[in-house]
Amino acid sequence: MYNFDVEMPTTIAEAVKALGREEAQPMSGGQTLIPTLKARLAAPSVLVSLHGIAEMKGVCNNDAGQLCIGGATTHATVAAEVGTQYPALASLAARIGDPAVRNRGTIGGSVANNDPSACYPAGVLASGATVVTNNREIAADDYFLGMFETALEEGEIVTEVRFPIPEAAHYEKHLQPASRFPLVAVFVAKFADGVRVAVTGASENGVFRWTEAEEALNANFNAEAVAGLKADGSAMISDLHGTGAYRAHLTGVMTKRAVAAITG
Amino acid sequence: MPKDHGIGASSKRREDIRFLTGEGNYTDDINVNGQAYVYFLRSDVAHGTLNGVDTSAADGMPGVVRIFTGADFEAVGSIPCGWQVTDKHGEVMQEPRHPVLAHGKVRHVGEPIAAVVAETLEQARDAAEAIVLDISELPAVINMKDAVKAGAPKVHDDLTSNLCYDWGFVEENKGAVDQAFKDAAHVTTLELVNNRLVANPMEPRVAVGDYSRGTGDHTLFTTSQNPHVIRLLMGAFVLGIPEHKLRVVAPDVGGGFGTKIFHYQEEAFVTFAAKACNRAVKWTSSRSEAFMSDAHGRDHVTKIELALDKDNNFTALRTDTYANMGAYLSTFAPSVPTWLHGTLMAGNYKTPLIYVNVKAVFTNTVPVDAYRGAGRPEATYQLERLVDKAAHELKVDPIKLRRQNFITQFPYATPVAVEYDTGNYVATMDKLEEMADIAGFKKRREASEAKGKLRGFGVNCYIEACGIAPSNLVGQLGARAGLFESCTVRVNATGGLVVMTGSHSHGQGHETSFAQVVADMIGIPEDMVEIVHGDTANTPMGMGTYGSRSLAVGGSAMVRATEKIIAKAKKIASHLLEASEGDVELKDGAFTVAGTDKSVAWGDVTLAAYVPHNYPLEEIEPGLEETAFYDPSNFTYPSGAYACEVELDPETGQVTIERFSAADDFGNIVNPMIVTGQVHGGLAQGIGQALLENCAYDSDGQLLSASYMDYAMPRASDLPFYDVDHSCQTPCTHNPLGVKGCGEAGAIGSPPAVVNAVLDAMRSGGSKVDHVDMPVSPHRVWEAMQG
Ligand SMILES: Cc1cc2nc3c(=O)[nH]c(=O)nc-3n(C[C@H](O)[C@H](O)[C@H](O)COP(=O)(O)OP(=O)(O)OC[C@H]3O[C@@H](n4cnc5c(N)ncnc54)[C@H](O)[C@@H]3O)c2cc1C
Repeated sequence: MYNFDVEMPTTIAEAVKALGREEAQPMSGGQTLIPTLKARLAAPSVLVSLHGIAEMKGVCNNDAGQLCIGGATTHATVAAEVGTQYPALASLAARIGDPAVRNRGTIGGSVANNDPSACYPAGVLASGATVVTNNREIAADDYFLGMFETALEEGEIVTEVRFPIPEAAHYEKHLQPASRFPLVAVFVAKFADGVRVAVTGASENGVFRWTEAEEALNANFNAEAVAGLKADGSAMISDLHGTGAYRAHLTGVMTKRAVAAITG
Repeated sequence: MPKDHGIGASSKRREDIRFLTGEGNYTDDINVNGQAYVYFLRSDVAHGTLNGVDTSAADGMPGVVRIFTGADFEAVGSIPCGWQVTDKHGEVMQEPRHPVLAHGKVRHVGEPIAAVVAETLEQARDAAEAIVLDISELPAVINMKDAVKAGAPKVHDDLTSNLCYDWGFVEENKGAVDQAFKDAAHVTTLELVNNRLVANPMEPRVAVGDYSRGTGDHTLFTTSQNPHVIRLLMGAFVLGIPEHKLRVVAPDVGGGFGTKIFHYQEEAFVTFAAKACNRAVKWTSSRSEAFMSDAHGRDHVTKIELALDKDNNFTALRTDTYANMGAYLSTFAPSVPTWLHGTLMAGNYKTPLIYVNVKAVFTNTVPVDAYRGAGRPEATYQLERLVDKAAHELKVDPIKLRRQNFITQFPYATPVAVEYDTGNYVATMDKLEEMADIAGFKKRREASEAKGKLRGFGVNCYIEACGIAPSNLVGQLGARAGLFESCTVRVNATGGLVVMTGSHSHGQGHETSFAQVVADMIGIPEDMVEIVHGDTANTPMGMGTYGSRSLAVGGSAMVRATEKIIAKAKKIASHLLEASEGDVELKDGAFTVAGTDKSVAWGDVTLAAYVPHNYPLEEIEPGLEETAFYDPSNFTYPSGAYACEVELDPETGQVTIERFSAADDFGNIVNPMIVTGQVHGGLAQGIGQALLENCAYDSDGQLLSASYMDYAMPRASDLPFYDVDHSCQTPCTHNPLGVKGCGEAGAIGSPPAVVNAVLDAMRSGGSKVDHVDMPVSPHRVWEAMQG
């Protein structure tokens, strides 16, 4: 780890100001950032901790009935508190990492990092959620731009994520055996106006919507409808744990299983 | 009634109090006044010419004490190899120089090139970043078969090729073996890979070097399984320090699994640097460094063939193995694929003719050496996979085929140079069949199938040779060391004992089980016996702990030393009792005279030894302290039969272990609970190898599985509740305790059972595949099932 200063703001405004300092970087749960710092792969001169910002923590509902989760809310809190409203999202949060990770890691950190194998991006994209920052609101469809790439600008922080609540949803995760991140995971969300299917872990371009599956499910919301569907493996990740073809296959299997879990 | 103390009792592990409450004293807990820290700058290329190391920008950086490069070690010896293998032509193996810091060339990712000693670790890292390396990258050799092709780039320019040795065993049998294959009614052939593993002990390696200018004494604190061996190897061969000026301390060690047997560059470095800098120097490996500098395990590529007659009797076995040595020869590396592997190829079977060929190959990878089981898991895996394949091809029951070919007469001289003293393979298989509930399998399979899953059952046997080993035998085989063990028993005046053993405990619970033996022999409470190990300054020269040798060899030395103590104590007692020595008996901690009510307590005798007022001084010396060295006359041969039941998700290839049964014969057992624990741990590592663990390089020699993000360690949820039994006991015939050793069995015996079960499941789903290499990951299983 290189040396750095730490700022501990208590409001979003203070955090934004602190992030104006040269080579400043926000830190939320630190579950991704601290290992990166330890390996000397990042060298911020100031770490701005989001941990003490009360207005970025917790779960509530807005007037539109959306589920609003503060950017600095831990996975453990989401797992514990959204279960009645949005069980699929609670279940997603409950299966991230281990208890230590869930007690520190946050939704804002996960969404900002946009790891191609992270869980939240699938939940956010499939839900058609809105990523709220200190100065704007970004629709999920416009937010995830590729592997570790998002629409966030320098110094911009994710303060909240707003989820419309689907009629039914399910998150199906096939584990990468070492990291236990998703090797491929699929979030299926069924809304009155259509089905959204988001896939994480699979693509070289990060989380994506599997539109063919959405079309098939809009026509017939049944596991059978996607059973024969093949995802395109050409731009999928190939590594030690599976080829692109395997990931493409798993995309189909996870989607089918997610739908089956919903239809029961 | 299970015993509640002494031999055979499940005494609670006394060491766990300190381990579980954070009171252990590990090497990293040791801090020497004024110590500096070293950071090793390691190669990030697999193969290259090292043209220069420019430290000029780093030298004056804050906190830097001194920066060392390969040039500083030119006059220092090579990291030695402890075993010299002679090849099939009678030539000795090729043995390259192994420098403390790379010089002239780098040969694997992770090889240390420069070492920065600084006031703090972060300052050392900062300075290391300012060192400029001039490396001309060379093509790397990673694949073993490519490495031995003509014209392949050479890992060591001064060797004739990348072939370390080409070993044939038993060379004289080769013609007869080949003939038997010609005459065979059936031949089964299998090509497989024994996957490379990273040992991953919970505690990474640590070394602290200290030097006293006033006395000229060196001290090395290190995470070692064998401090005396390190003292000898490093002192005599690398740094030229005589044993009496070098103390090596291996305090609490958090797991070794073989990888802490070997003498490593970092140990020599801190010892050397402590003198050069005149202050203590500490190195603590990060987990990332451990992945690229701890010796790896396994990594064999094998073709194995079995010849059978028309009645399915095994008539001959032939193997052809490539064994990866990595870039340098680690301490015992050459012995692992030869004497710890070829000699085990008979397994539990009376195959009359066996020929084993092993080509050991240098590649641009981390050195490979012994890892839990060392050679024996490789032997067991290929043999037991092959027998299973033969059973499938011949459409006979795999258990029946095994039973038919079991060795049943003991002692049994194998065609591969070893003699099994005892065993009862039929008994362990009977026990296993009972434990595994084979009758209920059909129902369980139907239940799995009803859920859309496949279910498979796999079985295997194993035999291993442990309790290594007779020194005169291993000497003939190329060992450059003796393999005796030692023990000093010191009885204190008030009757307590300090047992100083040359064995080392790094998780095995010796402090408990060794004390049980001594307490039982004297008839005193176990807490009167203290076990001391791990410090060359207060233990007799011993060879340490590996190869499941501690109780069989170290325990035997302890028994011999305790017998000497008892003999002398009897002499003292007979004087105190005014009886003839032959009439004195020791029982339950008291000396009695047969046929009388005369008695003297253990404590009175020990007090007399040190306060010899009433004592036969003209006949015996005062004091009560004895040392024994024990050199075994043979290996010990634990054996067993394992069964695994898996469920397989045909859509994803995911395998889960539903049941695992292990029936082992370890001979006599001192502490059943500890033995069960050892089996559990071994099974976790064997199942880890079979399903999860894979150390992989890309073709440029970059380590792909360089952290836990990609190297899959078994977690509790990957493992079933084991069913473990060790009631089948055929005591070892040649050591005083009749014990065989249990530390490696689980890791040796489990991988084939798992893979056999997975293949059985795949076949039940209609797959025609006859082999999948480990780890049988979901991806590999799915791919294999695609046909
Ligand atoms: C052992 C382990 C297992 C894991 N398993 C999983 C898993 O199964 N699935 C999964 O999805 N994740 C997994 N993770 C990752 C975990 O969920 C992380 O917590 C998460 O990815 C990052 O969240 P964080 O709050 O820790 O962010 P940090 O580590 O603090 O930050 C990550 C990055 O985001 C930036 N950042 C943080 N917060 C904000 C914000 N509000 N606005 C803008 N930028 C911000 C930081 O500057 C940094 O670049 C695992 C992590 C570990 C260590």
